[in-house]
Amino acid sequence: MARIKEKAYEWVFTALAFSSLIFLVGIVIVLFKEGFPIFKAVKAGDFLFGRFWYPTYEPPEFGIFPLILASFWVTLGALLVCVPLGVGSALYLNEMASFRQRSVLKPMVEILASIPSVVYGFFGMMIVAPVLQDLLHIPTGLCAFSASLVLGIMATPTVCSIAEDALSYVPKSFREASFAVGANRWQTLTKVVIPAAGSGISTAIILGMSRAVGETMTVLMVAGGSAVIPKSIFDPVRPMTSAIAAEMGEAPMGSMHYHSLFAIALILFLITFAFNIAAEIISRRFRIKLGHSG
Amino acid sequence: MRTKDISQKIGFAALFMCMLVTLFFLGAIIYFIAARGIKVISWEFLTQVPKAGMTQGGVAPAIVGTLYITLGAIAVSLPLGLACAIYLCEYSPKGIFVNIIRMSINNLAGVPSVVFGLFGLAVFVKFFKFGVSILSGSLTLGILALPVVISATQEALTAVPLSLREASLALGATKWETIKKIVLPTALPGILTGIILSIGRVAGETAPILFTAATFYTRRYPDSVFSEVMALPYHIYALMTEGAHPKEQTAIAYGCALILLVLVLAISGAAIFIRQRQRIRNA
Repeated sequence: MARIKEKAYEWVFTALAFSSLIFLVGIVIVLFKEGFPIFKAVKAGDFLFGRFWYPTYEPPEFGIFPLILASFWVTLGALLVCVPLGVGSALYLNEMASFRQRSVLKPMVEILASIPSVVYGFFGMMIVAPVLQDLLHIPTGLCAFSASLVLGIMATPTVCSIAEDALSYVPKSFREASFAVGANRWQTLTKVVIPAAGSGISTAIILGMSRAVGETMTVLMVAGGSAVIPKSIFDPVRPMTSAIAAEMGEAPMGSMHYHSLFAIALILFLITFAFNIAAEIISRRFRIKLGHSG
Repeated sequence: MRTKDISQKIGFAALFMCMLVTLFFLGAIIYFIAARGIKVISWEFLTQVPKAGMTQGGVAPAIVGTLYITLGAIAVSLPLGLACAIYLCEYSPKGIFVNIIRMSINNLAGVPSVVFGLFGLAVFVKFFKFGVSILSGSLTLGILALPVVISATQEALTAVPLSLREASLALGATKWETIKKIVLPTALPGILTGIILSIGRVAGETAPILFTAATFYTRRYPDSVFSEVMALPYHIYALMTEGAHPKEQTAIAYGCALILLVLVLAISGAAIFIRQRQRIRNA
């Protein structure tokens, strides 16, 4: 009897453990099922590379190239902010901060990560955008540049935490060996620690990128929302995520517009999926290289 | 001074600047929202329903709505997340299944929040016909929170020393008895911290509830799980983009942002500091 009970518990836990997989597969199925009908109306090539996004016009145009380009620009801009800030902060925490400093600063970085995205968006809209508009004399503060900046700040703690983890995996003996041959702390950092943690740091950057590409509320509120191909970084843009969030409420269920938004979500999912797989493969190799398994 | 010492000075100064800039933004966000939000916060603001086309009154229904959706989401993700973490830490035979489960948890954590929103719309709102409701929103957010709960629980479970398990098994306890009476109670503080952390995360999410639970304006409090509700994060967005009185609405949005920020920072901050202390003790 007791053995049956033991087995039963094991089976229950095993079954429930698959819930993540089921949800992930469920998401893929839903996105395919709801997104695919658009390709009956629009060719996949025209959908991806079409230059005009006029889903509510008559006849409608479903070209998401402006949206893809907007996501790409905003993400690239965010990387320029979050990589130096995130990796720099991680290096500071790991190499320079005293134990006491670290025990205060690390939680603060985590707190920055826990601020809701809508608050970042609100901050960007009310503070960052007007300040940049005055400072740079641009027609509107709600543009790709501001969105990149706010998004970059938002992704900084993600990059910092993961990079810091990677740095802490570097064995002490590496550093000691470097000091022993006469290198100072900076030389040890740039020539030994960073190369050793390199793939771990690139994992951090990829995951930061994944976070920036998929972020919705911030870009929805700060990027300006115009769905045309941007000519400069100070143009308002509409990244993929904000197109979905802004338009789904108005798209009649089952219409081509509705299906096209699911198709955008599918593309978005595939992009972040690829990023996550890449990050996972790199970080697994990294740990094996440094002698940590699992 | 030798060149290598100079480059060290410059390099360390640059790293220090990076840290400083990061903290500066944290300070700036908290300062601006606190300074402007505090002006509209009053007892009435916290306890009254909106009046006069969203320009007066309070935001109590949004606070209550956020509370319901968040609790619902935790009720969904907690049992699943616990079971999954227990399986991975205590039962899992090494092998391809475990790798697939780990991979899907990592990828689920990376799915953009708006994609969860669409999933919730298609599955819970449309397919199961729950409509735009607390139930749909909670289920959607529950799935989103699942990876957070799992990884926090896993961390707590792996911190339990192997010797405790071995001692229990040596006394003749079965595996399940060991988990129930030894492992879980020992890991409980860590698990609780993880749950608190995921509450903070869920309470601030906006994109997943856009089409599954939230509505801009209702004077009523929700009366069942099938009611649509106001929610603080969505309310901030809606105040900035809809309605006819931008000036008054902006002031209210600052108030909402402050309430949300205090709520989330208090919840997450507590969890972060508790976890920090636990990590130091375990190390």
